[in-house]
Amino acid sequence: MTSQTSESKVHKTYLEEDMGRKGIFKWILSTDHKRIALLYLYSMMVWFTVGVVLGLLMKLELIAPGKTLMGPQAYNATFTVHGVIMIFLIVIPGLPAVFGNFLLPIQIGAKDVAFPRLNLFSWYIYVLGSILVIISLFGNGPPDTGWTFYAPYSFKTGTNMLPAALGAFVLGFSSILTGLNFIVTIHRMRAPGMTWMKMPLFPWSIYGTAWIQLLATPIVGITLLMVAGERILGIGFFDPAKGGDPLLYQHLFWIYSHPAVYIMILPAMGAISEIIPTFTRKTIFGYKAIVISTLAIAFVGYFVWAHHMFTSGMSGTALFTFSILTFLVAIPSAIKVFNWITTMHKGSISTEVPFQWAASFIFIFMIGGLTGLVLGALATDVHLHDTAFVVAHFHFIVFGGVGFAFFGAIHYWFPVIYGRMYDNSWARTGWIVFFIGFVTLYGPMFYLGMKGMPRRYFDYLEEFHGPNIISTFGALVMITGLVIIVTNLIKSARSGPIAPHNPWGGTNLEWRIKSPPSLENFDEIPVIDKATYKFD
Amino acid sequence: MYTAVPQEASNFVAGVDLAFMVILGISAFFLIGLTVVMIVFIHKYRKDKHPKAVQNEGSTKLEIIWTAVPLVLVLVMFYFGWMGWRPMKNPPDEAMHVTAIARMWNFQFQYENGKTSDTLYVPLNEPVILDLVALDVLHSLYIPAFRVKEDMVPGQDKVMWFIPGSPGEFDLFCTEYCGLEHSYMITSVIVMPKEEFDAWVLDTTAVEGPAAGADVSLADQGWEVLRKNGCNACHSQDGSKLVGPSYLGGWGNTRTVVTGRDEREVAMDEEYVMRSIYEPNADVVKGYNKGLMLSYEGMVSEEEVKLIVEYLKELNE
Repeated sequence: MTSQTSESKVHKTYLEEDMGRKGIFKWILSTDHKRIALLYLYSMMVWFTVGVVLGLLMKLELIAPGKTLMGPQAYNATFTVHGVIMIFLIVIPGLPAVFGNFLLPIQIGAKDVAFPRLNLFSWYIYVLGSILVIISLFGNGPPDTGWTFYAPYSFKTGTNMLPAALGAFVLGFSSILTGLNFIVTIHRMRAPGMTWMKMPLFPWSIYGTAWIQLLATPIVGITLLMVAGERILGIGFFDPAKGGDPLLYQHLFWIYSHPAVYIMILPAMGAISEIIPTFTRKTIFGYKAIVISTLAIAFVGYFVWAHHMFTSGMSGTALFTFSILTFLVAIPSAIKVFNWITTMHKGSISTEVPFQWAASFIFIFMIGGLTGLVLGALATDVHLHDTAFVVAHFHFIVFGGVGFAFFGAIHYWFPVIYGRMYDNSWARTGWIVFFIGFVTLYGPMFYLGMKGMPRRYFDYLEEFHGPNIISTFGALVMITGLVIIVTNLIKSARSGPIAPHNPWGGTNLEWRIKSPPSLENFDEIPVIDKATYKFD
Repeated sequence: MYTAVPQEASNFVAGVDLAFMVILGISAFFLIGLTVVMIVFIHKYRKDKHPKAVQNEGSTKLEIIWTAVPLVLVLVMFYFGWMGWRPMKNPPDEAMHVTAIARMWNFQFQYENGKTSDTLYVPLNEPVILDLVALDVLHSLYIPAFRVKEDMVPGQDKVMWFIPGSPGEFDLFCTEYCGLEHSYMITSVIVMPKEEFDAWVLDTTAVEGPAAGADVSLADQGWEVLRKNGCNACHSQDGSKLVGPSYLGGWGNTRTVVTGRDEREVAMDEEYVMRSIYEPNADVVKGYNKGLMLSYEGMVSEEEVKLIVEYLKELNE
């Protein structure tokens, strides 16, 4: 395994290694995969703050019927920008760009990704996309189309829809290049002896994700270019007045945007598959089943896009097919949940903070996944489509799934990234407050949707008032939790106590090298002779 | 939830709610069951009670079981979803047709005898087919109590149907985001016994045109034209700026409009009003967006425009 032969040499961490650069240039010129990961982390934190504030403004507006805080135009712009930021700038790049970048090379025993400069370039593209999103906020006013930019409204609105769509287009390239980089890295740079079936599950999930990024993202790129052609040149792909078809837009949009959900959730599942063995002291149950289900999700995920369009007027055959495929994609997710829970059986469990996040992830993810079943079935989806139920469902998956896994991951790998520990009791407090707030915020929206409250409503009828009050209250609790968590992490990254070597007793390569890692991670490339997750 | 609605509100309620019960029931069983198992494991096998983990790399038998069982269950769920939905796609051959017209941001319902209404009146226990027409952008017609919803797509002829099963008033929402006043694009369905409905639908005097009655002033008739056509969603009476300019303060004054790329001053007279209604995007008042209003040619007659002008005159006196 990792030979620590160079004990005598002074360990210089990647954070100390500045290559002679000063100040901000230590970061923005570095091609070190770990520094790039942190560049993404910090840029996303800024955007996440903006997105959360916009979300809070919406919840405050909805605390009572009628106008409470802002007018309908401002509200429509708020949910649009909230969606654009959260989807394109945070959850899609989220885990792959931060943890994929930081951990993938280390976990497979490589010194960096295959194309380090391309990696840094991807971050610059991300920044360019961000700038376009910022530009969209000025001029004619922020976009008010919803993050889906549905035609033909998106061609009629006078607001700045185009820069936001172009922002998403540019961000797509960042995603494609990152995916390409990871695929090549995994194929070409695994340490000697690390066969595919000895690879840890997080790199496996990044591998599945990378293929989706590479193959699905170009479709949204083309679609958004068509949107630009439509708006600037008035071509009429989607404009019924010119013989176009608005539903074509929806198909093209969801052919990417549904697999994108798996770009978000697969790495989250990968992180959970790493955390659970470490804290149960057990090898993961059903390693092969988890690998196969990862690839199955990545594959079947391509064929379910039209379940976003059950009321759009597709043929009965199409509805039948897409409904049944949607149910099939639920199976691999269920298999993962069964394997995670069985891994806990007869383990020796320490309920440290990362484990709490992982266990609560399973609970939240089950709610998100199971509520997806009524949306996959035709009769029930007709009732629930475009209601608050859908909003609750995808927040459980996208914010609950990805968010809980992200926080689990950052609490788990914090000692590797910063070489320090965070305050445990604050971390626990933050977790429980966040958990309670989350369920209180999104839970009532299931009920509202069942009662028939449509989504994207600035105002609502009195009969929907009660649950909306609870939901807004939940938002305030959840944000309190977020503030506790983030403050604790920021403070600890700067001045937390120095972490001991491998504090959780993890078995992957990142736990066998010194933390934080040196610039090249390994003094000597390790030779792998047995599977990971061995706790004997 | 569905307990609040009579089960017979429409012919689809029973099938849809059965699918809900089956799917939510199975889901609740797994959610509660798996959560309890997880909590029991975490408690029973915590480190101080169970210091040495027992390694177990997996079991092909278990993997097969927990692939096969959910597979069967999801197919059951799919089946109930399919069965509850299938009748929605099969409207009867003989039924009353109502044309439902959606535009930003109101619904209008046209009956076979030409009567129009902004509320959907339907007879009890009679099948109704709605012919869906969207004039500008996507809309979606949703009646939660009936469990029906269908998107309204510009340029596509689509239908939805139902048999109302209990009298009363039910919410009708637009559920496809359609811009500024999306959340105000709501109205009701009123289900009434057949005889009452027949009387209502045959009474065309109350709503239709200038012939409505000599005792109503021309300005009031103009207001009725504006109301009936949903103009007030975008144009205010009190001078406040909505999507389009207010009725107040316009008549007789000049305003700056954008024609193509040029700005020019025009006086607001009858010709201007007619042009604004029939070719709304030819001159757009400065500060407002082009493309949001559709031509009302064929929907608002020249006589009706004159009534609107009377209304504008009176309002701005």
